[in-house]
Amino acid sequence: MTPFPPIYLDNNATTRVDPQVVEAMLPYFTEQFGNPSSMHAFGSAVGGALATARKQVQALLGAAHDHEVVFTASGSESDSTAILSALAANPERREIVISAVEHPAVLALCQHLEKQEGYTLHIIPVDRKGRLEIDAYRAALSERVAVVSIMWANNETGTLFPVEPLAEWAKEFDIQFHTDAVQAVGKIALDLKSSAIDMLSLSGHKLHAPKGIGALYVKRGTRFRPLIRGGHQERGRRAGTENAPAIIGLGRAAELALASMHDENTRVRALRDRLETGLTRSIGHCFVTGDPENRLPNTANVAFEYIEGEAILLLLNRSGIAASSGSACTSGSLEPSHVMRAMGIPYTAAHGATRFSLSRETTAEEIDRVLAVMPGIIDQLRRLSPYWNSETGSANQAFEPAYA
Amino acid sequence: MWNYSEQVKDHFFNPRNAGALDDPDGVGEVGSIACGDALKLMIKVDAGEERITDARFQTFGCGSAIASSSALTEMIIGKTIVQALDVTNQDIAGYLGGLPPEKMHCSVMGAEALRAAIANYRGEALAEDDDEDGALVCKCFGITEGLLTRAIRTNGLTQVGEVTDYTKAGGSCATCMDKIELVLADVNAEMVGEGLLEKARAFRYRGRFAGTPEPVRAPAPRPMVTRPAPPRPAAGPPAAGLGMVKTIMLIQAAIEELRPTFQRDGGDVELAEVEGDTVTVQLSGSCVDCSMSSFTLHMVEDKLSQALGRPLKVIPA
Repeated sequence: MTPFPPIYLDNNATTRVDPQVVEAMLPYFTEQFGNPSSMHAFGSAVGGALATARKQVQALLGAAHDHEVVFTASGSESDSTAILSALAANPERREIVISAVEHPAVLALCQHLEKQEGYTLHIIPVDRKGRLEIDAYRAALSERVAVVSIMWANNETGTLFPVEPLAEWAKEFDIQFHTDAVQAVGKIALDLKSSAIDMLSLSGHKLHAPKGIGALYVKRGTRFRPLIRGGHQERGRRAGTENAPAIIGLGRAAELALASMHDENTRVRALRDRLETGLTRSIGHCFVTGDPENRLPNTANVAFEYIEGEAILLLLNRSGIAASSGSACTSGSLEPSHVMRAMGIPYTAAHGATRFSLSRETTAEEIDRVLAVMPGIIDQLRRLSPYWNSETGSANQAFEPAYA
Repeated sequence: MWNYSEQVKDHFFNPRNAGALDDPDGVGEVGSIACGDALKLMIKVDAGEERITDARFQTFGCGSAIASSSALTEMIIGKTIVQALDVTNQDIAGYLGGLPPEKMHCSVMGAEALRAAIANYRGEALAEDDDEDGALVCKCFGITEGLLTRAIRTNGLTQVGEVTDYTKAGGSCATCMDKIELVLADVNAEMVGEGLLEKARAFRYRGRFAGTPEPVRAPAPRPMVTRPAPPRPAAGPPAAGLGMVKTIMLIQAAIEELRPTFQRDGGDVELAEVEGDTVTVQLSGSCVDCSMSSFTLHMVEDKLSQALGRPLKVIPA
């Protein structure tokens, strides 16, 4: 293996739990193990800590009230809860609006609802830079729509959608607006109390809290139907004994994310830009996917033409660098990612799209290390590629195979 | 992360015989960039005893595609052409200590490239639209009936999901599932007749209404359907009452607008026919056999539907 410590640049997949988060959680496994619903002292101590965690998440979201935060077990649970709640609360409305680049937690659910439950699904396309087609979005809105669910930030490219105006437009038809903000929360400043957003989903493990904890923001006054019934927890909106250590961990993680928001949007952004500029300068035939003008500060998705993503990741991994790819082979599917396809990225590049996602733990030395090894990796694979002419350093036009 | 064998990792990280071969005696090219893997195999053949003296490969693809190509070259160097023809995809996978089921198509690609290179050496034409290899079954990945038959026979496949793992056929838009089932049933029946397969294991094709269907692996997620709402009446053209000539003119104009996009990707699209609400288009160049072609068709469908202000169905010629 490599003489360097491993470099983790896959923070949009998951993050390391911050040691301060672990520290905050530990007592709640052993000493403070009570059930917050209990009347005795074991319970009440935990109840107080949960209340603090709720306020910490409220602060990160810029929400008006702490009781607008409902703890769940994951971002996916939050997404499902929000969408199914909106449909149940508006049974006379039979249409759903989403974007073409939603996470499967939204996309697969809504396609299932379309197929099995007979809802009409409007999937709003994006342009080549991954920007939402606003005219198509506005045209899809009507009194027939029960819920709009549009992601805040795309997990593959980091592209931000203008969810605040999108929510305003939805309000003209009294439509409930949900946003899957799993990638945005903790990376960009939010001010939900001043927005028209009714519901927002977040996931703990994307912001240095543990896996298995999420939250759903439900604006006060939003008509809500619980997904999980059977208990008074979360004010009856999500039954089940609270996962106290994880909730407390999420609270602490939210506090830390708020504290490092400036760092994320200055230092981390600069590192991302340095990585991106360095890669596109030193390597030919590659380009940044998504909207460079309007993105998360931590995400760089670069498509390298004429080579395949899994091979890139395997060689990166051997150099001790963890990244991810939208290529078909890495997912076990036979198609490149639906996000790359929706953006119309040509297949010469879609298979070689590689995502580097940074975090506040990323250092300049790590970025330099990636910049040092990447050109060699790309060159090595292009030398193997029949689509590449190493002598001219360009695409090999002569290779046009067909299955015999 | 795939659970690759040590041999696969070794051949991926240290590929043998990679690169171009000067003045090759036979060249086999299979796959496509759209499919996510493609292989060019080049061989040198000693004319006397028809022995393969050198073999080189160039591969676009994942770790197991590169490893399969590397293994293939090692396996065939030193073999006579006749011996090399006996090398199956199973041999390639075995040489590598096995491949994950979803990656078996990489070994099939290797075996097909070998077959193509030998045919090329012998001066046999393996034309792109080779009728001898049977009809094109899977348009998305360009898989013919001949390739399916060989993969089914060599690997003793009896389930549709296995056929997709080994050949990719049906792994994109999944509209060819019915044809795959027919080919699988036919080949299995032949194999039963030849004593190569137990009758109980053979795949049987069942019509839509004939009892419980055979277990069919769920197809890969379908390409995204982008479906903007129809344009508002004020903005769009009249929704109904268009004559046929007007309709065709509108469709033609919309397609002309789309062509530059296709041409940028090295392809093209042309109007072939309009019948009722069904528009047939001719895709050419790199748009054919592209795993995204079904996605592309949806895009065309959206544009044409918008232009006419009513839903249309777009199918390839």
